[in-house]
Amino acid sequence: MAGLLNWFAQIAAITRFGLMSIPQRRGAVAATVFGIAGVVAVLVGVLSIAAGFRRAMAASGAADSVIVLRSGSDSEMVSGFGREETRVIADTPGVARNAQGPLASAELFVIINLAKRSTGTDANVPLRGVEAAALPVRDNVKFTDGRMFTWGRNEVVVGAGAAHEFAGLEVGSTIKVGRESWPVVGIFSAGGGIAESEIWSDAKVLQAAYNRGDSFQSVYARLNSAGAFQEFKDALTSNPRLNVKVVRQSDYYAEQSQTITRLITTLGVLIAGLMAVGAVFGALNTMYSAVAARTREIATLRALGFGGGAVVVALMIESLVLALMGGAVGAVAAYVAFDNFRAATMNWQSFSQVTFAFAVTPQLLVQGVVWATVIGLLGGLLPAIRAARLPIAAALREL
Amino acid sequence: MSNPTNSGEPLVRVDGVEKVFHRGAEEIHILAQLHLEVPAGEFLALMGPSGSGKSTLLNLIGGLDRPTKGTVTIAGERVDQLSDRQLAAWRARHIGFVFQLYNLMPVLTAERNVELPLLLTHLSRAERKKHVETALAMVGLSHRAKHFPRTLSGGEQQRVGIARGIVTDPTLLLCDEPTGDLDRKAGDEILNLLQALNREHGKTIIMVTHDPHASARASRTVYLNKGQLSNVPVA
Repeated sequence: MAGLLNWFAQIAAITRFGLMSIPQRRGAVAATVFGIAGVVAVLVGVLSIAAGFRRAMAASGAADSVIVLRSGSDSEMVSGFGREETRVIADTPGVARNAQGPLASAELFVIINLAKRSTGTDANVPLRGVEAAALPVRDNVKFTDGRMFTWGRNEVVVGAGAAHEFAGLEVGSTIKVGRESWPVVGIFSAGGGIAESEIWSDAKVLQAAYNRGDSFQSVYARLNSAGAFQEFKDALTSNPRLNVKVVRQSDYYAEQSQTITRLITTLGVLIAGLMAVGAVFGALNTMYSAVAARTREIATLRALGFGGGAVVVALMIESLVLALMGGAVGAVAAYVAFDNFRAATMNWQSFSQVTFAFAVTPQLLVQGVVWATVIGLLGGLLPAIRAARLPIAAALREL
Repeated sequence: MSNPTNSGEPLVRVDGVEKVFHRGAEEIHILAQLHLEVPAGEFLALMGPSGSGKSTLLNLIGGLDRPTKGTVTIAGERVDQLSDRQLAAWRARHIGFVFQLYNLMPVLTAERNVELPLLLTHLSRAERKKHVETALAMVGLSHRAKHFPRTLSGGEQQRVGIARGIVTDPTLLLCDEPTGDLDRKAGDEILNLLQALNREHGKTIIMVTHDPHASARASRTVYLNKGQLSNVPVA
């Protein structure tokens, strides 16, 4: 026990000398700290894109919300129902009801072209025709400006993300739908979910504008409870009049987000990985020069009886401290620069734009710090071993 | 202060020691079949031309290096047989070093430098403080305890080095050219101090030096030339 305390005292003493001598080699130290900060900032920044995208998709479906598509459809784009089918779906056991009837909204999904504010180029923006039950089905829709459109009129309301990302979607402006111009009468939020990327209108007027007859592409429904899903699904799939696919909204959007989040995550880890290799060499350089500058000091301590193991651990701690400083700087920079930064990207399943906010989550910050720690340990190990193996007698005479 | 000695046994016994260094394929014989005995309480000066192996011998006695052949026994313990870890602990217990270039930690004050070897003991903070004060008083530097090395003269820095060397009351004080970097006046003060430590406190000291003026202060001088010791200067 006493031996261990003595060992810790040695480590503490050597670490203290190392840290106290940092001002004498501040240039190299700053280069290392900022190199590691860059790695962490890029890693956290890129991964915050994936996290934000995933969060937007995940925020889109409560546990008791389902989406019904035609069997074999991967997305609303390729699905289709007649009016009668949507009624059967709405009346299926398990669907929640309120005074106005079942909480099921038969919806139409078309894509219009709008210019992006950032680049001025056209992008595909989803225009969704909804029924009155759409609001209680998605109970997180709140109007931040204007009002809900009037049922039966050629009006639209716009999700907050779409309004931010695309030009000409302010309340009072008009958008081109088919051959007509429809006024924007309201802006809504939807808890950061995918609905915020969409423009909504009355399904009936949208059917007419696009000559869709009385057809829909999906039914969004709210169940009595999350546990009613199986009952609802079994009832639909066993109904010979229907040929449908039933998925929870959360699963539907999670699947849609998978491709993009995987792509962004792979890219982020790859870029940060390459940068990390550079940062490890930076840390190696700093610690090697720290050892070179302190050769005589380290040899003196070894001559006085300080152990080689204590030297290794102390230098590793010093490298780790520098790396963690870099990690902290990088994490803060990523948080300030990227958290809540709004952007839009293509959802390849619906071929339309999804707007979302980058999310610098606590898990990402921890991940950044873990990377910094690994860089610090790798960068410190070889110089520390070299320091401990210095031939003491020769090193004592180093100038 | 006292030295642990075995009655009749010299404190330092170097027996049949050889030291060979390798430079590429070349073998350089520094010490050859060397014998040396130093009784407890002696102040021995080790002289010889540059490259004669004085510092190498001092390093072998101080456990900083191991002989290629032969034995080094200090206070009855075979130092040449200890592992690196055992040697580090042994040095902390038995050896005080004084270096030509002082080798102080520039980021620490004089008293913190002197305290360094005590960090390897089990003394409390208060006990360490007391030891440091005593050591600094012995070298006449109590008033400079809070000063950093860069604000001290060469002579003062070397006195801090000596205080660090004696603060643990080691068995043996090894000095490698302790006056080599000082002017005559400062060098004399250091030699006075070493002499006092030997005469008044019974410290056993082995001092490597080039300087006959310094060796004259020792109780005995041996000369090293071509790896061999003799009691007379080399012609």
